[in-house]
Amino acid sequence: MGKTINISPITRIEGHASIVIQLDDEGNVADSRVHTMSLRGFEKFTEGKPAEELPRIVSRICGICPWHHHMASNKAVDRCFDVTPPPAGRKLRELMQIISHAEDKLLHFFFLAAADFVIGPDSDYAVRNIVGIAKANPELAVKVVNMRQMAKSILEKFAGKAIHPVAGVTGGFAKPLLEQDRVEMLAKMREILEFAQFTIHFAKTQVFPKYLDVIKTLGVITTGFIGTVDDQGALNLFDGQIRLMKPDATYTDFDVQDYADYISEHVEAYSYGKMPYAKCWNEGFSLDLENPKGIYRANCLARINVADKMATPLAQAELEEFREQFGRPAQATLLYHWARLIEEVYACERAIELLQDPEITDTHIRAKVEPKAGRGVGCVEAPRGTLIHDYTTDKNGLITNVNLIVGSTHNIGPINMSVNQAARTLIKNGKIDEGILNKVEMAVRAYDP
Amino acid sequence: MSVTIASEWLNSCSGCEISIVDMGARLLDTLALVDFVHIPVLIDHKYFGQLGDREHIDIPEATVGIISGGIRNEEHLEVAMEMRKKCRIIIALGTCATHGGIPALSNSYTNEEIFDTYYATPTTDPPAGIPTEGIPPLLDSCYALDEKIKVDICLPGCPPHSDQIFTALTGLLKGEPAILPCKSVCDTCPTIRKGKGQLNAVKRFLQAPDYDRVDAPLEEMRCLLEQGFLCMGPVTRAGCGGDNILPRCISARVPCRGCYGPVRHEGNQLLDMLNALASNGIQISTLPETNSFLRFSGAHGRLRPTRQQKEA
Repeated sequence: MGKTINISPITRIEGHASIVIQLDDEGNVADSRVHTMSLRGFEKFTEGKPAEELPRIVSRICGICPWHHHMASNKAVDRCFDVTPPPAGRKLRELMQIISHAEDKLLHFFFLAAADFVIGPDSDYAVRNIVGIAKANPELAVKVVNMRQMAKSILEKFAGKAIHPVAGVTGGFAKPLLEQDRVEMLAKMREILEFAQFTIHFAKTQVFPKYLDVIKTLGVITTGFIGTVDDQGALNLFDGQIRLMKPDATYTDFDVQDYADYISEHVEAYSYGKMPYAKCWNEGFSLDLENPKGIYRANCLARINVADKMATPLAQAELEEFREQFGRPAQATLLYHWARLIEEVYACERAIELLQDPEITDTHIRAKVEPKAGRGVGCVEAPRGTLIHDYTTDKNGLITNVNLIVGSTHNIGPINMSVNQAARTLIKNGKIDEGILNKVEMAVRAYDP
Repeated sequence: MSVTIASEWLNSCSGCEISIVDMGARLLDTLALVDFVHIPVLIDHKYFGQLGDREHIDIPEATVGIISGGIRNEEHLEVAMEMRKKCRIIIALGTCATHGGIPALSNSYTNEEIFDTYYATPTTDPPAGIPTEGIPPLLDSCYALDEKIKVDICLPGCPPHSDQIFTALTGLLKGEPAILPCKSVCDTCPTIRKGKGQLNAVKRFLQAPDYDRVDAPLEEMRCLLEQGFLCMGPVTRAGCGGDNILPRCISARVPCRGCYGPVRHEGNQLLDMLNALASNGIQISTLPETNSFLRFSGAHGRLRPTRQQKEA
């Protein structure tokens, strides 16, 4: 065996992982693995806790997408206790969740991903980051920071806590939206929508065209996709049917309560994180690059692939342009960056729609709740993928069983494939340099894990 | 010469790092004054050299080392010790680093119990064994930083408010130590308190609290604990509201669960809360469980498996 390359930690991602590449005697790639390093045991230590407390505990799975865990959890508990939130309570939940989507995508694009494109994949790591971007383009940096902060401030001002939120409660929402707050939020969201449009235009004219060759080759694999759609087949980030699409674009829609009939999780000896796969395809599990089995991807590219359309006009126009160029389903991994910016436009438009809904300021926001025995599956589309919380409660409403399929885990298998593909393509005859290894990591960063 | 900073996240969720980013415009000002030499979420400095060919973890020397998250596995421990070696001042950022945080709820269980549940959920294919290849083994417990390395400054909070992170960093730049208020959440909560003795039970948060008008300020709402809801305000360190002062959860009309940890660093939120309730004549048996009083501070041996669990 030849040399071992240990890329640790994978940087400018939101979790803990490393890449180990094993070279053969000729210096070509014999094998590669992506290790997910963290195991905290939420499924265990939530046992025995009052179910209504879970939305405030499981939010700590992720400090970047706590609103999504918070909402999926609230939905699961509602079902365990057999309660339906009043319309305004439901809409306030969606409003908070969609604004956090809008904030998250700006964070990922500018703070984590952009340096590879704006500064360049082969540039010195000391400047290939947000600090480098801020020095090279201070005006843009100020705008980015202010816009993201504006979205964050909406969440914090209205809901108290923006990181690890508490305002979603069993049966609905903790506080009503007042008219003056609605007007203020609407003005801010309009400004953020303008910035979302600027961002996708900037990316389409000044970023992506320079890297089309890289986009078409780096980390490209062929898989199925998962996402959520409404009853019209349009992308929905908060609620709807789960759509599981095969690589040939045929798909099955199902109710998330039945998710266990469609998805299983495979365990590999080199990763604490499990690897979900499509059990319902009856082909088993394999990460083989030529002949993968059961492998589908989640997150923004998956969602815009499975959706027939976008429910809002500006995002729909962006989707049409994207599809014309890349088809459906688009498989190129770096297109996640593009898809993310289409979803950013949708998130802003949807927030504005909700804020213009006369029902959103209704003060009946929380239904009466009695703890009881039950089971419930709660699901939302988190930034990193279809997020599933499955709870069972006893007669006192205490948790007896929890199963979690967290958004980013859907992509652990595919990330391994993309890294393998990138490493095999880029590393030949023992030649490696920092730029090559960074490009291997770019195949991970696209997934925003 | 600018101040250098190295930053690491261990058994954590990245919420503390987002709180750093949430300094907003102040973040850009700070970035102009300091030089980050290592921070995995933002900068591509690697442990094993930029070509991944070295054997030991190496982090550059820095004036200030910021660490979020507790210590749960062997790599966390190695990174924490390397940070201690290379940084002059270590800041424990967030309640996971100062008291274990939510992930230290796992301290009530053995690692075997955690594996047995996680790798046997209804959707998990039975594995050949627990994963061990190329991933760091778990320690027996989730530790707060100061159980393993010397810590100079504690900034608790889940997450710490950006205002406090900014104050602490700018204080360090000026050579002034960060001084956090040693008060309770109740000391900073403006809700109306009428006093002891009117309550003998506490209830779960299954209904909305009472307040007269939808736009009534907190000053016009009765204390949530006095309304009968479990609220951890009396035994939790103040500061979650940042410069704005108002406690964040109470602002959303939701009771406190203790995310800033105990009022004094070495305090015990479980004992202190049991005392607070008992001295008010409140029956604890009205609650389904009380381990959750240590929801954020289960490190330092506060939560642990029973002997029967260990022997099983």
